Amino acid sequence: MALISEGRFIEDEWRHLAEEEDLPKSGKLIVSQKRLGEAVASRPLDRALGVIVANTANPAELAPYFARLSLIAVAFPAFADGRGFSLARLLRRAGFGGELRASGRIVADQAIHARQCGFDTIEIPHDLAMRQNEAQWAKALAAYSGTYQEGYGTRGSILERRRKAGS
Amino acid sequence: MALLKNPKILVASDLRLGEALFLGPEGWTPDCLAATVAHDDVEAAALEARGKSDVAANRVVDVYLTEVEIGPDGSPVPLHYREKMRIRGPSVRPDLGKQAWLGQSGDVK
Amino acid sequence: MTAHDPNQARRPNSPTTTYLYDNYDAAFVRERVSEFREQVRRRLAGATTEDEFRPFRLMNGLYLQLHAYMLRVAIPYGVLTARQMRRLAEIADKWDKGYGHFTTRQNLQFNWPKLADVPDILEALADVEMHAIQTSGNCIRNVTADHFAGVAADEHEDPRPTAEFLRQWSSLHPEFSFLPRKFKIAVSGADEDRAAIKVHDIGLRIVRGPDSEPGYQVVAGGGLGRSPFVGKLVREFLPREDLLAYLEAILRVYNRFGRRDNKYKARIKILVHETGLDQIKAEIESEFAAMDRSPFAHDAEEFARIASYFAPPPYETLPAHSATLEAAKKENRAFAAFAEVNISPHKVDGYAIVTVSLKPIGGIPGDATSAQMRALAEASEKFGFGELRVSHEQNIILPHVKKDDLHALWKMLEPAGLATANAGLLTDIISCPGLDYCSLATARSIPIAQAISRRFQDPERQRLIGKLGIKISGCINACGHHHVGAIGILGLEKKGRESYQITLGGDPSLSASIGELLGPGVSADQVADVIEHIVDFYLSERRGDERFIDTWRRLGHARFKDAVRREGEYGADI
Repeated sequence: MALISEGRFIEDEWRHLAEEEDLPKSGKLIVSQKRLGEAVASRPLDRALGVIVANTANPAELAPYFARLSLIAVAFPAFADGRGFSLARLLRRAGFGGELRASGRIVADQAIHARQCGFDTIEIPHDLAMRQNEAQWAKALAAYSGTYQEGYGTRGSILERRRKAGS
Repeated sequence: MALLKNPKILVASDLRLGEALFLGPEGWTPDCLAATVAHDDVEAAALEARGKSDVAANRVVDVYLTEVEIGPDGSPVPLHYREKMRIRGPSVRPDLGKQAWLGQSGDVK
Repeated sequence: MTAHDPNQARRPNSPTTTYLYDNYDAAFVRERVSEFREQVRRRLAGATTEDEFRPFRLMNGLYLQLHAYMLRVAIPYGVLTARQMRRLAEIADKWDKGYGHFTTRQNLQFNWPKLADVPDILEALADVEMHAIQTSGNCIRNVTADHFAGVAADEHEDPRPTAEFLRQWSSLHPEFSFLPRKFKIAVSGADEDRAAIKVHDIGLRIVRGPDSEPGYQVVAGGGLGRSPFVGKLVREFLPREDLLAYLEAILRVYNRFGRRDNKYKARIKILVHETGLDQIKAEIESEFAAMDRSPFAHDAEEFARIASYFAPPPYETLPAHSATLEAAKKENRAFAAFAEVNISPHKVDGYAIVTVSLKPIGGIPGDATSAQMRALAEASEKFGFGELRVSHEQNIILPHVKKDDLHALWKMLEPAGLATANAGLLTDIISCPGLDYCSLATARSIPIAQAISRRFQDPERQRLIGKLGIKISGCINACGHHHVGAIGILGLEKKGRESYQITLGGDPSLSASIGELLGPGVSADQVADVIEHIVDFYLSERRGDERFIDTWRRLGHARFKDAVRREGEYGADI
């Protein structure tokens, strides 16, 4: 897997725990939603914990764990399955402030969608990263100087800029 | 090896131009008459393998085998009316598409 | 207004009648072109596979068809200026084969572009404030509206500001660009629904609230395709300031819960149908209530900014009656027929709305040559404030022509082959491109339209028959809207041959209904015969001026079925 943040390939400090693997004491771990209860109960509070969830996950079921979670990864079963984008929005709305990660065969052309919906990082398989290099991700992310929708992303929308310029 | 019920040719679209192409002995050609005809499953598999590798090489897209009959002059003619349309062009515009340069009529047989 | 903002385009001195891009809009469309140029480059270089490229190609209007690529250019809510129409003609000549096809979603398709040329075509479109954004793909598609917007005598409010507001909001939407399936929105603001809002994913009808505040009646879950549904009322009254927030709520519910396991069950109509209307309404309302509404706080302001562009053109004060027009009608019978059939009432006295038919007898419905596009541009400049519309019936509208000028306009249109007097009549047939071009089609549509058109070419007979919509689709996806044709025709494959199913009783308007099947399919050469039997039966049974759909509703489907079956003994084996 390769990890992308703000159009750059970065080192991944996190490790996905395999389903059959025992919970280790150290390291930054991403567990499945099924093992989240177990991990929260057994892992010391000072050890970082992350979870990977399906794009059909119910944000309300995850909300009680937000304080304990440093990372939520949303699985994209296919890049054209856009449910993960809505889930990211809902997790942010429910108050999750940690790292939000899109995980799957996401393509560079979706860099903007991911960021605007609240994802911090994108995790893609190695073969895809070989074809779609850092330069392509950086270029795709910078493709637009402004987009229309208000309330998405942290930069001002076109509408906001229009308003400021007009007042 | 098993003989096919009907012989087959390999059809695709040119990635750059979008034009319908046929796999012939010299590679992809816009002329259906120059297509390589597979008579048995081994020949058909060979055509498909070549198609798959040319998809991977980003030369063509949407590759598939289609059934043909062999005309009196030995050239392949697709059986299905959809594929007949592809080797000619729009039936309502006989001045456009392959039929324009092949000098064929716009009517689909 | 304060001092001029350097980021915004300077407004012309005269009021505008259509939306003009400011520099933000212009930059956005240019950036979209650059993005697509890069996407094409990466595709050709092998950085993306066809599967990865396809959704982005489609979201820029580019399909791969039977003979070539096809580029679908967006004509937002069907509005075009003369300058834009000329640019379409130039593109047809430079990069295509000298013609284009106006579609049932008010767009224009070029049938022969090369992949590598498409970025240049998009650049040429951007020069005149046009694009091909979201004319395909599983995203919010080009928003359509009443083609008589702003001029119809029966209009309460111009739907164009709403449509433009939605165009901007839906463009490159970060959350709703990878929906389960395509999503179509239509807007109407008149008594008569000319935008077919009940057969869209969302239909918006502009209405006034209890305190006469502006807002919308919201219909959702309509659609054609394999399982046609008439949309259902989800909100009796939605205040205007809540429009975007409410649509976002609907889209979010759909994006999360719409089916993705079967593309024929992925439209919102299936979600509404399977979930149940009450339940889906509850889910939408609950999402709407949970949303942070602060991002929408300035929507009213933005709406007003957009609406200010759609000012009426500088009409002259004229009498309602035009002696010039009446004299010309007496003098020239062909013109009189045109004036009778192709003219609709305008809200300003002394003006008329002209429908220019793209359905010449035996022609290809919706096709226009580059010469015809130029003739239309010129006609609109000379007689119609340089503005044109595309209707979902695949015709061109000149929305404001002085009645005094109608004859002169007709004389200009006639030699260009644009004066066919059949708007709304039987030969004004809606047809998708069908198997002549489309890779999804199961049968041809255009030759069927041509055969029917030739059969009924007698103008007297057409006028006697009156308004009758025939709609033809070449596959179950229903781009030709056959389900809502008074007579609908669907081309399918049956035992290796083209076969056509005929339906009766479809209606796209506020009294929407889905057509009912007449019987098993017939072959291509029998379709015109069957249509003739149906029409003859209608003529023998109708009362006074009764429309076809009303006769059909009064008599019932079975009577028509029987009649055609009896007639069939001598002809078609239906």
